Amino acid sequence: MLRAKNKTGLVFFPAFDWAISPTHPEREERLLYTQDQVFEEGLFDIEGILELKPDLIEIKDVQRVHFCVPDARSVMTESHFISAGGAKTIGRAVLEKEIERGFALVRPPGHHAMRVVHGARGFCNVNIEAIMIEYLRQAFDINRVAIVDTDCHHGDGTQDIYWHDPDTLFISIHQDGRTLYPGSGFTTELGGPTATGTTLNIPLPPKTSEEGFLYTIKNVVLPVLDEFKPDIIVNSAGQDNHFSDPITNMNFSAQGYAELTTLLKADIAVLEGGYSIEGALPYVNVGIILAMAGIDYGKVREPAYDPEGMRQRRDVTEWIKKTGEICLSNWRQRERISAHARGTNKFHERNRNIFYDTDNIVETQHETIHVCPDCSGVLKIDSSSDRGYRILGVTIPRKACKYCKEIGYKWYDSADETVFDIVLLQDRTEDKFLERKPK
Amino acid sequence: MIIGLDVGGTHADVVLLGSNGPVRALKVPTDPSNLFDTVLTGLEKITEGFEPERISRIVLSTTLTTNAIIQKKFSRAGMIVASGPGIDPEFFRTNSQYYPVSGSIDHRGREIDPIDPTEIEGIVTKLKKQEVRYVGVVCKFSVRNPKHELRINKILEDAFEKVFLGHQISGNLNFPRRIATTFFNASVYPIHKKFFEAVKKSLEKKGLTVPIHILKADGGTMSFESSIDFPGQTILSGPAASVMGSIAFAPENEETLVLDIGGTTTDMAILIHQVPLLNPSGIQLGNFKTLIRSLETHSIGLGGDSAVRLENGKLKVGPDRLGHAMAFGGPVPTPTDALCALGIMEIGDREKSIKGIDPIARKLGTSIEDAATRIFDLTCKKILREARKMINRINSKPVYTVHELLEGYQVKPERILVLGGPAPYFAKHLEKVSDYKVSVVPGWETANAMGTALARTTCEVTLFADTEQGIATAPEENYSERINKSFSKEDAVRKAYALLEKKALEKGADPDDLELEVLEEMQFNMVRGFYTAGRNIRIRAQVKPGLIHGFLPVAEWFPSD
Repeated sequence: MLRAKNKTGLVFFPAFDWAISPTHPEREERLLYTQDQVFEEGLFDIEGILELKPDLIEIKDVQRVHFCVPDARSVMTESHFISAGGAKTIGRAVLEKEIERGFALVRPPGHHAMRVVHGARGFCNVNIEAIMIEYLRQAFDINRVAIVDTDCHHGDGTQDIYWHDPDTLFISIHQDGRTLYPGSGFTTELGGPTATGTTLNIPLPPKTSEEGFLYTIKNVVLPVLDEFKPDIIVNSAGQDNHFSDPITNMNFSAQGYAELTTLLKADIAVLEGGYSIEGALPYVNVGIILAMAGIDYGKVREPAYDPEGMRQRRDVTEWIKKTGEICLSNWRQRERISAHARGTNKFHERNRNIFYDTDNIVETQHETIHVCPDCSGVLKIDSSSDRGYRILGVTIPRKACKYCKEIGYKWYDSADETVFDIVLLQDRTEDKFLERKPK
Repeated sequence: MIIGLDVGGTHADVVLLGSNGPVRALKVPTDPSNLFDTVLTGLEKITEGFEPERISRIVLSTTLTTNAIIQKKFSRAGMIVASGPGIDPEFFRTNSQYYPVSGSIDHRGREIDPIDPTEIEGIVTKLKKQEVRYVGVVCKFSVRNPKHELRINKILEDAFEKVFLGHQISGNLNFPRRIATTFFNASVYPIHKKFFEAVKKSLEKKGLTVPIHILKADGGTMSFESSIDFPGQTILSGPAASVMGSIAFAPENEETLVLDIGGTTTDMAILIHQVPLLNPSGIQLGNFKTLIRSLETHSIGLGGDSAVRLENGKLKVGPDRLGHAMAFGGPVPTPTDALCALGIMEIGDREKSIKGIDPIARKLGTSIEDAATRIFDLTCKKILREARKMINRINSKPVYTVHELLEGYQVKPERILVLGGPAPYFAKHLEKVSDYKVSVVPGWETANAMGTALARTTCEVTLFADTEQGIATAPEENYSERINKSFSKEDAVRKAYALLEKKALEKGADPDDLELEVLEEMQFNMVRGFYTAGRNIRIRAQVKPGLIHGFLPVAEWFPSD
């Protein structure tokens, strides 16, 4: 009889009644054929594979991660409460040891959602992995988390949320930002001054095949993970590196995804993008589920699979090797780079413009972090959008020192009422969320 | 008049019903080694003294195929399986005459790889050499396009006595279950056919030439003739018989938990507004998961004759049964003995029950009365705990739309109907230790046979339409039609109903009992590029399980006291 080697949990939530718009890639139909394949393969009948019903997340779970403008309910639909809830359900089941590993096959996705949310960008409103991870840190005894984002697009939202967090290793493997949305994720992006090196970006050239992806996992990602020693590994499992994906240019396959899953041994996988809904997703998802469960996936092949025709060009291979070396070198020298990044200033500031392609919003941010010798530093973000809102968000990190906590409350209390529409405070030391709406 | 006969593990219940109620009800002992005798004796006894012409219908619920499968006493069947990409079909091997072959159909029913006729011919030779007479053919996604199964059938049909095709057993997706179910059908076919032909012949000799129907696990019936192609559907009909027997006594606008408390097991099911809840995927028998439609039931090893013992100073009831209760000459104390000892049950040898409970009471350091009370109380509470588990399981089933998740239906029964041998003794106490309103099904001892007699013919149809490919299909019904772009969900439902009606009548339904309903309707816009290329429509419709018309409402047969 067919039995899973690893007890594997699945939340399958295709949201058959939710779409961004009728013809949008993120529409009702997206997981329809995946459902057909998963049902026809009888995956939910396999001994050791468990289908779990997603819980809904609470507003508090969102506030722990995001500053939503004007508030969480306004930037989310019911479907977001469920997809983030699905990730949370899997995370909890893993930590409660009900399952060994789990996969939240949910939509809508979340990895382009940053800390401040004015609307949707890259089809994402809230960051479902971050919401899950911060919930897990609150509810269970875990500290170090590694996120490996294998979506074809740079996980810029997750990167933003964990930019200043030295306890979260964020590795994104994606198609080079010069050739694809969101246009970021270069090897030079290594994290903020108090967390340099725990953000790693591995941009791969277009036409990267199985060979290149698996090379990168084996030679860059796994060694870094080994050294970081995370309590849990989360895989942002986008499936748009597939050769048949309509909006990207890579040459990955169902076999490759399954192999990647086997190598990575993530505790939790969360579906991100992937829009080749007929030619890729049904097979990729079956491959990933079987690989997680430790069941032979050798016969999972998409109809158009042609390993010969997709053989990686030599210059692509060379490019990938070079990129990998740069990433590893950055990782190994992270302390030196970090010392340089901290500099001598007490506060570090940066200005950014963020474009929300899905909702067509332009946001302007001014960010200030305390470069603290004792903790990862209190952070404030002054954010305004062309929709007219201006907010101030203050984050006191989980392990903030007394001094940073004091600064955080001072920033919050003294925010100028005539300037900001909303003033928000995340006090992660007490899992508290405060807000003022002066006007 | 009609007859219902339900074969159980220890005896068969038989009733003869006239339009105004039961005319006769009796029990005959089950001889597991000779079910044919059991059935025939039951039918002979129940019709004794009545002219055969007065009988218009016979419905049988037997354990024939269930036993055959559990005891692996079935014929050698060959299996030909085309899987295409996915899980290695070796994992679903049924027996040694199992042959995975090439050929592949995708999730939308498109041919990816053709089958290889020479490969099939080679297998035919092998199967013939192995003296195989019945063959099952199953292809992945054959419910979307049965082309490959039909082609293979063409090559096989003259070489074997009977060929079973996977797409004909159910419209549901699930390749491993399709394999198991087709294998069941092919394996039990000769036993099933022989048995019912013999029953039919014997009855004809007595002048009883009436239609014979067979009860299925979904609480519906099918005619003997149509059961020949789907003998697997006759497995595990026992729990369905009891549920159908209690329907008439369930309140019209409430949810009800049905408990059939037997000697060895207690079977549970749920009625929603008098309609039994179906299991969405199909029945499981032993390790085999099938596509056979069935009621959502939960069976536990706990009944009136369950063995009672002390384990590490703790009282335990079941899950085994070692024989009758001691009050009736059995070897170990049971819940029935607790009832006897307490004087609640006034039949059986009370002294023997007391003698059985005495050592338990001593070890617990308490009186016999207290020990008996505790045994009975534990039994009731365990039943209730299991019922809660079943309800939680039903309510935690995943759903796939935002609407269902947020506003989805949750089962919350407030009433229990109890039937089975010790039903009246349990009812009061169940009510005492729970929040349920509890009542006993009138005629509880043979309600299962009544349910069998009165069950209507049920069936299901699955229709799949793809306007991009321009095709509507229900392979199970041998239906496929070209459609144009404007084919809508409403058209699809209309077509599904027409197919369902035809199917139900073929399976022996009375045209006046066709209560049709849609179980599932989904429509997706298929977008390719930035344009809507078509619609993908899925409809599942059924004849609701229920009771046949033409009989005085069953509830009125038993004037309440």
